[in-house]
Amino acid sequence: MPDLGKMLDVVAERLIAHAEELTALDSAIGDADHGLNMKRGFEAVLADKVNILAKPLPEALKAIGMTLVMKVGGASGPLYGTLFMTLGKELPAEPSLADAARALTAAVEAVKARGKADFDNKTMLDVLGPVARHLGNGSATFDSVRKLAHDRAEATVPMKAIKGRASFLGERSIGHMDPGARSSELMITAICDGLEDKG
Amino acid sequence: MRANDKVGIVIVSHSPDVARGTADMVRQMVGEDVPLGYCGGNPDGGLGTDVAKILKAIDEAWSEKGVAILVDLGGAETNSEMAVEMLDPERQGKVVICNAPIVEGAVMAATEAWGGASLEDVRRTAEELSPQ
Repeated sequence: MPDLGKMLDVVAERLIAHAEELTALDSAIGDADHGLNMKRGFEAVLADKVNILAKPLPEALKAIGMTLVMKVGGASGPLYGTLFMTLGKELPAEPSLADAARALTAAVEAVKARGKADFDNKTMLDVLGPVARHLGNGSATFDSVRKLAHDRAEATVPMKAIKGRASFLGERSIGHMDPGARSSELMITAICDGLEDKG
Repeated sequence: MRANDKVGIVIVSHSPDVARGTADMVRQMVGEDVPLGYCGGNPDGGLGTDVAKILKAIDEAWSEKGVAILVDLGGAETNSEMAVEMLDPERQGKVVICNAPIVEGAVMAATEAWGGASLEDVRRTAEELSPQ
């Protein structure tokens, strides 16, 4: 059973360490707040860690999601909040890999609905969707998941943004990595590292 | 004196200044007769939106006739949807988010609300301002 406290530390530390990079990506095609917003959200999660860890896994994930909704302050709050709250709703207290794949698939669908977005719109979904499918096919390793998340974030560079503020730029959004895809990659890589004890 | 016979208006901007300025323009049109709530800024006070502040603004503008929310950019809409889902179930069905420009939409919606229009008519009036 993975240690949720350690996973939280690894994910939060990773996002906070990359806050400036995420904000720089967002300044190219958005409103230059993604890194700061994620930092604010995960600092709030860390501040509430004792309370979160006192709960069983599903309730803990819902609490993380709610904290992100209330503290992030940008669209990424409800989007990542919905992701974690749906994971909490779908995962049993002691999940298997198959449970994780199924729950992540449901969470990706919930984020799609929340953002009224689809795949290939140049968003976080372009990382999370393929990772959910990959986890479901049974052959996933930590390395293959990390590589897929990295490749899918890179794959948003030539995409034209269809959703969010980057879509105002139209063709000019091409050539920049989507900040939400990058933060999703960072999160997934951190979770792999934490589970593999490389945190 | 809280007007419960008129639809309430909520203004949600990324900018506290835009929210306050839009509210001033609404008040100039309809005075104190229309319930009004507004908010802007992220939880730290910078540009952005805040679900807790949106919930408070909905409460301030609450009317049994319903509440119409005007938003500026995507995050304001997504956070407003999140706030509406966190309301009591009996309130959720009485809140709509209008697809309209925030300043013109708020002024038009409030003017319509002042005349006693239904929530659906208030929304339609605001949304007539949006390019089809």
